[in-house]
Amino acid sequence: MSPAGNGGDAALAIELRGISKAFGPVQANRDISIQVRRGTIHGIIGENGAGKSTLMSILYGFYRADAGEILIGGRRVEIPDSQAAIRAGIGMVFQHFKLVENFTVLENVVLGAEDGRLLKPSLAKARRLLKQLADDYEMDVDPEAVIEDLGVGQQQRVEILKALYREADILILDEPTGVLTPAEADHLFRILRGLRDEGKTIILITHKLREIMEITDTVSVMRRGEMTATVRTAETSPEELAELMVGRKVLLRVDKAPATPRDVVLEVRNLRVVDEQKVERLRGIDLTIRRGEILGIAGVSGNGQSELLEVLGGYANGTGTIRMNGREIDLTGSASNARTRRARGIAHVPEDRQREGLVMDYSAWENVAFGYHSDPRFSSGLFMDHAAMRADCDDKMHRFDVRPPDPTLAAKNFSGGNQQKIVLAREIERNPDLLMIGQPTRGVDIGAIEFIHEQIVALRDQGKAILLVSVELDEIMALSDRIAVMFDGRIMGERLPDETDQRELGLLMAGMAGEAA
Amino acid sequence: MDLLDVIQILDSTLRLATPLLFACLAGLFSERAGIVDIGLEGKMLASAFLSAAAASYTGNVWLGCLAGIGASLLLAAIHGVASITFRGNQLISGVAINFLASGLTVVVGEAWFGLGGRTPQLMGAGRFQEIDLPFAQEIRDVPLLGPIYADLLSGHSALVYIGLLCVPLTWWILYRTRFGLRLRAVGENPAAVDTAGVSVAGLRYAAVMICGVLTGLAGAYLATALSAGFVKEMSAGRGFIALAALIFAKWRPWYALGATLLFGLLEALGNRFQTIQVFDVTVPTQFMQALPYILTVVILAGFVGRAIPPRAGGEPYVKER
Repeated sequence: MSPAGNGGDAALAIELRGISKAFGPVQANRDISIQVRRGTIHGIIGENGAGKSTLMSILYGFYRADAGEILIGGRRVEIPDSQAAIRAGIGMVFQHFKLVENFTVLENVVLGAEDGRLLKPSLAKARRLLKQLADDYEMDVDPEAVIEDLGVGQQQRVEILKALYREADILILDEPTGVLTPAEADHLFRILRGLRDEGKTIILITHKLREIMEITDTVSVMRRGEMTATVRTAETSPEELAELMVGRKVLLRVDKAPATPRDVVLEVRNLRVVDEQKVERLRGIDLTIRRGEILGIAGVSGNGQSELLEVLGGYANGTGTIRMNGREIDLTGSASNARTRRARGIAHVPEDRQREGLVMDYSAWENVAFGYHSDPRFSSGLFMDHAAMRADCDDKMHRFDVRPPDPTLAAKNFSGGNQQKIVLAREIERNPDLLMIGQPTRGVDIGAIEFIHEQIVALRDQGKAILLVSVELDEIMALSDRIAVMFDGRIMGERLPDETDQRELGLLMAGMAGEAA
Repeated sequence: MDLLDVIQILDSTLRLATPLLFACLAGLFSERAGIVDIGLEGKMLASAFLSAAAASYTGNVWLGCLAGIGASLLLAAIHGVASITFRGNQLISGVAINFLASGLTVVVGEAWFGLGGRTPQLMGAGRFQEIDLPFAQEIRDVPLLGPIYADLLSGHSALVYIGLLCVPLTWWILYRTRFGLRLRAVGENPAAVDTAGVSVAGLRYAAVMICGVLTGLAGAYLATALSAGFVKEMSAGRGFIALAALIFAKWRPWYALGATLLFGLLEALGNRFQTIQVFDVTVPTQFMQALPYILTVVILAGFVGRAIPPRAGGEPYVKER
């Protein structure tokens, strides 16, 4: 550790300089620098996968940065593990709580921060301190209550108490409101303001613009592993932030003829999804897609797009009506799964190709055959015809320009763009009536983006219906024949690409329908 | 059946329950930390063999006992490395340890002693001797209490008393110390322990090693106290019975004492009543001797209440991204 000085500013609670971190070929954080002043609430906003959580995990000692330095209170520190982070005064409230469910509140608070080998004195001290903290910050939780009997809001308070008990000066909260009701979120914000007024520094990670505007003093925007801007919250607007999050990259030109929509392929009426936490993620979606058109769904991620794809793809439950080529799809029965969806002509390129689209440790040919392994071409009675599968994969790899064109290579060894081409080849070649494609170019290099876009347009021109979900506004504008904007589980409005602009879409994405509509 | 019979059966219950108790508490430490250990059986067997071998070589039962603990610790370390450091499958590691112990004890035993896998008969200081508690003889004649003290409680080997003392000790460690709190936490949610800045691997290794020491004692007791030497496969499934007792005991120390005493009682009854008449039917001796195993199956099949195991049991800990 080097002494103070070093250009460090003691008024800054945290300063990061040039932090970079890569996981294999994926650059999760690239040259991130950030300064957070003591006694402020600083927001970090960005899409899922923008690298926010990685950055915070580096601060909390879960990962080591490949490059860069961390300064706490103007002093350079090394954070090799969580113990070091705690010593440096950093407390973290994870998105998924790190609580022992069948322990009491007290035991959870004390765990890892005991004062000696015996429990009794530690617990007694913690009980006193908790009472005081509860009085100071309006965080009333029964110290003897067992965690699993508490609601999520209270469990979150226990996490905050844990950090305060360890005398954290800097509190990091990762997507804290994701599981909270609006009232609980308001309560959380009151607590956070109280902590700030006591001189604590708070970093709030979120993808919700409303929260940033409501509570933060300054905000940094992350996109694709980079810090794109840091601004004072009072001097910015939700639209500006939305634009910064989604990004204006080099405008991609896609050559396409005007669409000639024909008969309706997919009709969705009043589709609703309630997740495990009983939060309504889709609040009555209506859409229609015709043959020969691309419907683009724009929106900041986490506003229900994933749930929409999951229900249509057959691996989440919802209520409402979905008609495919006029025939209703069973949403409830045991026959509601991905296989029956495919049989009805729906192909799906999932948003998260590494988790839902591919088995990363399996070879390309196995991945290409997935879901279609009972195809008569691939199976002779009881057994699968591996040679046929490999040949089929080899053929697809050449036509989709997958590099290297080696069917035996494991999926994880291909770059993001080539992985996407493998999934795309598998789904397109089955000649579906409807292709759903989520984040087609996330983590994909420019050359592959162009190729993938051409494939999507070509498919449309063959008379297929395409549902495109993307958080890249440029991509939506370039490809879509119609654009629907999702916000908070609803469709805020539909626009034609020629009759709208980024600003108007940005407003819709921020949930401000009134003035624009 | 008079008082003396009852006392004799209970006395035998205590003797037979002791190895189960050690093994059950061993499993308790391991499983409470999230490491499932079906290798109790193998560790017990290895310890029984090496303790008998060392005791017969040195003529000192305590040295034998230490050697037995050493053998058990070695196997525990293998299980630890496989399941903690290399995040392997804990069941498979446990099965491997059982096979290893079952084969090695016989092969090495034959190579060392040439007695068909046995060790030589242990005599004198090579075995644990029975200890008379103070005043046992003096109060023997007091009605009821006298025989209970002198014949039931007194006159066991040191390991029986150590085993009984391990029950409150385990309870105290688990519920009254920092180590116990962390141990229980790591078996429930290792991520909570990790983010609190405590080493998950360190805690789990500690638990696995404690498990090794206790199974070592279980094995040494089998060969140098209950019997007078090692016989091939002498653990006879006691490691698995201990696991069943652990489930029956809901992973709690005092319940573990109760559960192992119940198994001990069944075994004692089976030994005592070779045949038993129920109305006109003669229950065969094989049935009586199978009683502990039958109870094991019943418990493992989940007929006795619902037991909630430690939630992170059997899962290697990997930091989330």
